[in-house]
Amino acid sequence: MSAQIKQKSSFGVAQIILFLSIAILVIVVAFPVLLILFNAFWVEDHFDFANTISILKQPATYEALMNSIIIASMSTVGSTIVGTFFAWLVTRTDIPYHNFMKSMFLVPFMLPSFIGAIAWKMLLSPNAGLINKFFMENFGFDGPIFNIYSYYGISAVEIMYLFPFVFIQVCGALERMDPTLEESARISGAGLMTITRKITIPLVMPSILSGALLIMLYSMAHFGTVAVLGIERGIYNIPVLIYERIHQSGGSFDSIRLGAILATVLVISAAIIIWAQRKILSTGHYQIIGGKSFRPTQLKLRGLRIPMMLFCFAYIGFTIVLPTVIIFLVGGLSTYGLPFTPENLSLDNYKFILFDFDVTRDAIFNSVTLGFTAAVITMFAGVMISYVIVKMKVRGKGILEFLGMLPFSVPGSVIALGVILAWSGQFGINLYNTVWIILVAYIARYMAFSLKANSAALEQIHDSLVEAARACGATMWQSLKDIVLPLVKPGMLAAFFLIFLPSLRELTVSIMLYAPTTRTIGVAIYTLNEDGETVISCALAGIALIIIVLGQFVINHFSKKAGV
Amino acid sequence: MDIIRMEGITKGYPDHPVLNDLNLSIKKGECFTLLGPSGCGKTVLMRLIAGFETPDAGRIYIDDTPVADLADHIDVPTENRGLGVVFQDYAVWPHMTVFENIAYPLKIAKVPKDELKKRVMEMVDIVGMNGLDKRYPSELSGGQQQRVALARALVGKPSLMLLDEPLSNLDANLREEMRFEIKELQRKLGVTVLYVTHDQEIGLAISDRVAIMDANGNIQQIGTPWEIFEKPVNPFVFNFMGIANFIDVRRENGAFLVGNGNQQMPWPTLPEGDTNKWVAGFRPSDVNISRDGAGLRGIVRRANFLGATMDYLVEIDGTHLRTAIETHHAIAKDLVLKAGDQCSIEFTALHWFEAEQLKGVHEE
Repeated sequence: MSAQIKQKSSFGVAQIILFLSIAILVIVVAFPVLLILFNAFWVEDHFDFANTISILKQPATYEALMNSIIIASMSTVGSTIVGTFFAWLVTRTDIPYHNFMKSMFLVPFMLPSFIGAIAWKMLLSPNAGLINKFFMENFGFDGPIFNIYSYYGISAVEIMYLFPFVFIQVCGALERMDPTLEESARISGAGLMTITRKITIPLVMPSILSGALLIMLYSMAHFGTVAVLGIERGIYNIPVLIYERIHQSGGSFDSIRLGAILATVLVISAAIIIWAQRKILSTGHYQIIGGKSFRPTQLKLRGLRIPMMLFCFAYIGFTIVLPTVIIFLVGGLSTYGLPFTPENLSLDNYKFILFDFDVTRDAIFNSVTLGFTAAVITMFAGVMISYVIVKMKVRGKGILEFLGMLPFSVPGSVIALGVILAWSGQFGINLYNTVWIILVAYIARYMAFSLKANSAALEQIHDSLVEAARACGATMWQSLKDIVLPLVKPGMLAAFFLIFLPSLRELTVSIMLYAPTTRTIGVAIYTLNEDGETVISCALAGIALIIIVLGQFVINHFSKKAGV
Repeated sequence: MDIIRMEGITKGYPDHPVLNDLNLSIKKGECFTLLGPSGCGKTVLMRLIAGFETPDAGRIYIDDTPVADLADHIDVPTENRGLGVVFQDYAVWPHMTVFENIAYPLKIAKVPKDELKKRVMEMVDIVGMNGLDKRYPSELSGGQQQRVALARALVGKPSLMLLDEPLSNLDANLREEMRFEIKELQRKLGVTVLYVTHDQEIGLAISDRVAIMDANGNIQQIGTPWEIFEKPVNPFVFNFMGIANFIDVRRENGAFLVGNGNQQMPWPTLPEGDTNKWVAGFRPSDVNISRDGAGLRGIVRRANFLGATMDYLVEIDGTHLRTAIETHHAIAKDLVLKAGDQCSIEFTALHWFEAEQLKGVHEE
């Protein structure tokens, strides 16, 4: 056996992987974010905080800041109420068809909110909105019954698309909650209202808050809905103001600096929100909700059972079916504004955008190739980085763990600005106006998804499986290839689709980075709609919805097979 | 000849030392068991030999070749140490069939296809898994998975096999069956086995030699199972090998008196040494109890009927001992006692320890 025993080479594979992982995260995420922070405070040749403050105090900036906060707060509160209520309804009452409703309430997760905003604009804009017009013409209303170009309108649309964040968290918590906790309160003589108030709500509170904070984070940095519904009446939030300024000035220094300052505000808010979320999730309350699945006791709705069911169906019909139908119908019209009669409707627009119109054809090609490339790269980078964080024992891992948290807390609009600062030639590489800058930004934006999916998969692979391979004579590389990769494949596949699908409808990042030839689907829908090409824009939105829904079916199929 | 030699091995984790200056040799061809309470560092010791961990100090030799020596910058990776390892959780790869699992070491070693197939099927036969070679681990029971893990560890004909609590996840019947199979395999294939466990029954049943490790990672005694059982060097080892009684005995004017009373210890061989404080250690089965025969007089404090046996807790002058008697025997001899009854105690076997040594034993 002596012959078999060889000296270990000094070549440290572990160090190389660690170095690569750190390099990827630094280049893709940390460096752009640092540049933003630097630009926010650096004027000419020195740090100038007073200047930063004075820019924040400018009316336009200040207003955008306040708008972000107002809209985010309204959307968060509204989504939390809607999400918690529906979650309780489908998990804890005897409402009919609760499984069907549960999956329907998750549909908005798939739908891009800016497409929804476009639909609602067509339905509820003050003068041309179909619903408003219908009421004015038929019921003698003097003015619109609801103006979607308002804080309420914007928040309402955001609520429709964001409430699933709370819904899914609360459903999970309610389903996993030990029913004996409630039963023992019942035995002690507490009534149902008391139990709900004193036992159930405090127990699911961490889930509610954590979902609410996610919505807050998302809404503050959200571009699409505000851009579609707010600009008309001068309602700007932070990402929209950044976009408008940079777009109008063609990327002037002042606009970039303003963007950097506003982005810094977003980064800081995001950091606070993420910190608060972690704090909430680590409180003792959460441990009472175990991993086991119980059959919770259901509340009998009795007389309210049918009205509640009808209410849910009305909600689903009004917020999910109606806007989707409108998109497809308008996409079929020859001219926007014509009534939806058979002679006005055809598939011509769909044919046109798929085969003849180079803008939309390019956009579809760009989005698919960008999404695919970003998904593949991010999937592999993510599995490597997660491997170091979850499995490897190597010095310097702490840095990587810190860097690995960054992608979770950097909003899309910040990433877009960061890559402009980093890759526009100041550091020797100029990717501006090319498709590559969008690719880099996508990788940064979706790294968090990949890290999450891959870490989860890796955590399920027990260390002894790899050690057993090493004991069988496999080198580290062989054990990675033969054992780790095959077992982590479901996680990688999940990561791929988690990136590929959202990137098909991505708007926040691409809108900041696109050039005439590098439009993505999201950018094309948005700009066509801004240019008044409503029917074309809706047809493209319809195609996008079809691709997204089909993709979701593929995901569900694969994840069921892989048991993820 | 020693197949493993560990010299001055020290290993610790931040704020938690595990092994300190440990020396251990294992002879070629023997079945060696490392026995210790959970958390004592025995698994760490095995992982050091396997190369999953590196020692902070000290040297490890396999077949007289250094494989780990921090001072000389030697750290031979696991795959080059030529071992077979069986883990507590089997570590059978879920994405490979039984055949593929067992064939893996041969595939890595680039064994030609025909020979690979022949050797794998031989192994499948040896571990009694005929006809199951195309199954996936999820279609196997725990015991079958453990057989696959055994076959995989043995197929490469390693000269040394390490087993880390391989049977602790199996139910009692299967455990008993498997431990004899492991012993049988070891004899048949002539492989050296290092078996790590906290279960003294397995340790005694299959080993040529046993090492007893205490909770602080120190080896207390190495010997054959008989030596360990019959001549424990200290109360820790004695206690670890089964339920043990310790009664206090004090030396006063050359007499050995039990507890705080004046009864002399009824045992022919008395300990020699400077100290006046002793303990007598014995197992419940080494006690003869009677109503009023010869021996120490005591009072039954608690009587438990456990079905086949009666279990008594007896107090003798402030010190307690437990003894068991077969129920039918108790009925025949009128020894069904109840709490408060007087009784007499004699011993059939007994070990002397200094009272000083007892410290810490009961805290384990």
